[in-house]
Amino acid sequence: MCLGVPGKVVSVDGFIAQVDFWGVTRQVRLELCDADVEVGDYVLNHVGYAIRRIPPEEVEETLALYDELLEAAAKGDGVDLLAADMRGELDATGGGGS
Amino acid sequence: MSAPQVDRLQFRDPVRARALLDRLRALTADRVDRPVTLMHVCGTHEQAIARFGLRSVLPPGLDLVMGPGCPVCVTSAAEIDAAVDLTRRGVRVATYGDMIRVPGTTLSLADAQAEGGRVELVYGVDQAVELARAEPETPLVFFATGFETTAVTTAAALLAGPPDNFFVYSAHKYVPPAMEVVAAMPDTRVEGFLAAGHAATITGFDLFEPMARAWGKPIVIMGFEPLDILAALVRAVELVISGTPTVENLFPRCVTGPGNGRALGALWQVFELTRGHWRGIADLDAADLDLRPEFARWDARVRFDLPRQLGDGDDTAACPVCPPQQRCGDILVGNARPDDCPLFGRACTPDSPVGASMVSSEGMCRIWFQYGGRPELGP
Amino acid sequence: MSDDRIKMAHGAGGSLMRDLIGDVFVRGGGDDPDVVGPEAMEDGGAVRVGDRWLVTTADAHVVAPAFFPGGDIGRLAVCGTVNDLAMMGATAPLGLTITVVVEEGYGRDDLRRIQASIDAACAEAGTRVLAGDTKVMGKGEVDGVVLSSAGFGFADRLVRDRGMRAGDRVIITGSIGDHGLAVMSARHDLGLGDQLQSDVAPLNTLVARLMEAVGDDLVGLKDATRGGVSAVLHELADKNGAGVVLDDVALPISDAARAAGELLGVDPLVVANEGKAVVIVRPGAVEAALAALRADPLGRDAAAIGEVIADHAGRVIVDTGFGRRLLAEPRGEPLPRIC
Repeated sequence: MCLGVPGKVVSVDGFIAQVDFWGVTRQVRLELCDADVEVGDYVLNHVGYAIRRIPPEEVEETLALYDELLEAAAKGDGVDLLAADMRGELDATGGGGS
Repeated sequence: MSAPQVDRLQFRDPVRARALLDRLRALTADRVDRPVTLMHVCGTHEQAIARFGLRSVLPPGLDLVMGPGCPVCVTSAAEIDAAVDLTRRGVRVATYGDMIRVPGTTLSLADAQAEGGRVELVYGVDQAVELARAEPETPLVFFATGFETTAVTTAAALLAGPPDNFFVYSAHKYVPPAMEVVAAMPDTRVEGFLAAGHAATITGFDLFEPMARAWGKPIVIMGFEPLDILAALVRAVELVISGTPTVENLFPRCVTGPGNGRALGALWQVFELTRGHWRGIADLDAADLDLRPEFARWDARVRFDLPRQLGDGDDTAACPVCPPQQRCGDILVGNARPDDCPLFGRACTPDSPVGASMVSSEGMCRIWFQYGGRPELGP
Repeated sequence: MSDDRIKMAHGAGGSLMRDLIGDVFVRGGGDDPDVVGPEAMEDGGAVRVGDRWLVTTADAHVVAPAFFPGGDIGRLAVCGTVNDLAMMGATAPLGLTITVVVEEGYGRDDLRRIQASIDAACAEAGTRVLAGDTKVMGKGEVDGVVLSSAGFGFADRLVRDRGMRAGDRVIITGSIGDHGLAVMSARHDLGLGDQLQSDVAPLNTLVARLMEAVGDDLVGLKDATRGGVSAVLHELADKNGAGVVLDDVALPISDAARAAGELLGVDPLVVANEGKAVVIVRPGAVEAALAALRADPLGRDAAAIGEVIADHAGRVIVDTGFGRRLLAEPRGEPLPRIC
């Protein structure tokens, strides 16, 4: 229902920030953002407003959470839910929450 | 090691995706005859699921349906008619690209433009305010559609003090009451809900707790990248199978319990809930967002005398443009799939849509027509 | 509503436009082996002259705004015409005609700028304007300026678009979606900065290199203008009764176009390019084709992006790396969306 795209703040002037969306820079308004933002912060943009400052550590935590789901499954209910080679692939790509 | 990066590509890792899919398949292996039915309520979710090809690989033991999650689809035809009428009264009407081609009873705003009406496509409310400022003699009405995520931006623009020739015609809708309606349907097959991550970024997930308890069904907050979606599906299925009607947040990088306080402050300072008509579904209590009386000077409903029109009760089968056999209403509440509708892909196509769900780029019918819920494409 | 009036969507490429052309403009024809006429619905027409083909094409250009990041309507007119000729195999355009229809009150300086662009683009493509016409219409009768162009040139070998079969490979000559997204951003004042630039460029030299490198293994060639790569592939799939599978991960998309696509909810595959061609080659010619393309600055980012399959005739399927989906056939001009 609502396109939200994360981007990185490159400058802040009052309630107006310039945000880089990995390729294009666009003005984003900050008055609705849940926290004050600084240059280098990541924000979630919806229709030209930042609606969330995304703490980078939360990204790592989200990925770790997904891996936990898989690990719990692998140990869990007596079913081999993860093929061994898949597990290996995950480990090889540093999927354990680096 | 460098500082952590917020890169969406991390959430598009196919190796993790395959692992999550395997987990999903294993969890639902004995539900092929009676699939676990989950409902998401967000067109952007359906878009993401379709765009990444996830429907082609979801296991047969899982039925993922879309509920009333397209604000464009549920905008009432009478309101579109009123917006079209405004253009004939010499008013400029600005709105989002999503809304331009959606037909009212007879015409869309694109048709109004073809007739010579002044219709402006904007990406955000700020652009509409700027357009009004640039031409102070002409009234400009911002036809404001979208759920709470978008409504907060309209609120911010009003709180910033727009010019006197700027007006808001609010067709904003509030999602939680619509979820309640679906959950309360006696014949619903839905066993668990996936809440829309961007709306929940604003509202937080705490407000879902009483719903999960009351309905006895889990609610999982879901993000929009492939891993976000698959992980949320895994967790929701786990909760359904174990009979645990709790709320879990699988989108913690954006969603918190209490939500975005600043945005909620702006929302409720400017808007209040009122009874409104959800196209194809019903009149719903406290599910439309109206401007509060303090903002009447910018309220197009007041300035141009546009009363809120309600249908008569449940019009599931009486969407203004719907012939009786059309199943828009059932599809919008997740009781039917687009290909259950006899008109889907035949009388109703994106070229000549019958229902709004085929017009809107995030309508379930449109997305299915374009991308398909198409297991036959699977590898 | 299905009435008999023409809608904007009829001009946006894709199936509606093909239906309109088939219904109104093209009736019969196609029985003379020495003529390629409009019924073939190719990028241009041709008549055999001796042992060569004289190729011609006609094109009208309306773009709002007329000046956009990376180009303007003048450059667009020349490149569009040159590219249509090149897609038929006529890579040394002998000359062009350009008609200018201009609205009363239009600025002379803007016309000068457009003419300068026409001259510069002609020089790049190694061709010239041989004739032209100017018409002025009343205020409001035309939106600013419209150009109409034609071109002609010889081809030793015509490149047709009906030679594609299962196993053939799909190549794109460079990044996807830049022109359409740049123009959309400028038209709707979306404030996406100047990182988004139109790719408008003449492709005749690039195509000449390609034809020289792969010869008869080149079995399809179309510039991916209105409706983008999606429209072109749907047209090829339809004409050849074959399906196409695209590899999402292999698609060359610039960071700016990718970001704009995400922000605006628009798939770069369905928006116009003005300096890119879809190339279909026999499987053994992929490497030679890519090497030839990449040797030219305009083909630097060329990539193999898909394969022709026997199943799913008329359809284009995207393999996303997670699963598969249909690629939408463009219907009407894409609009930025927020949902």
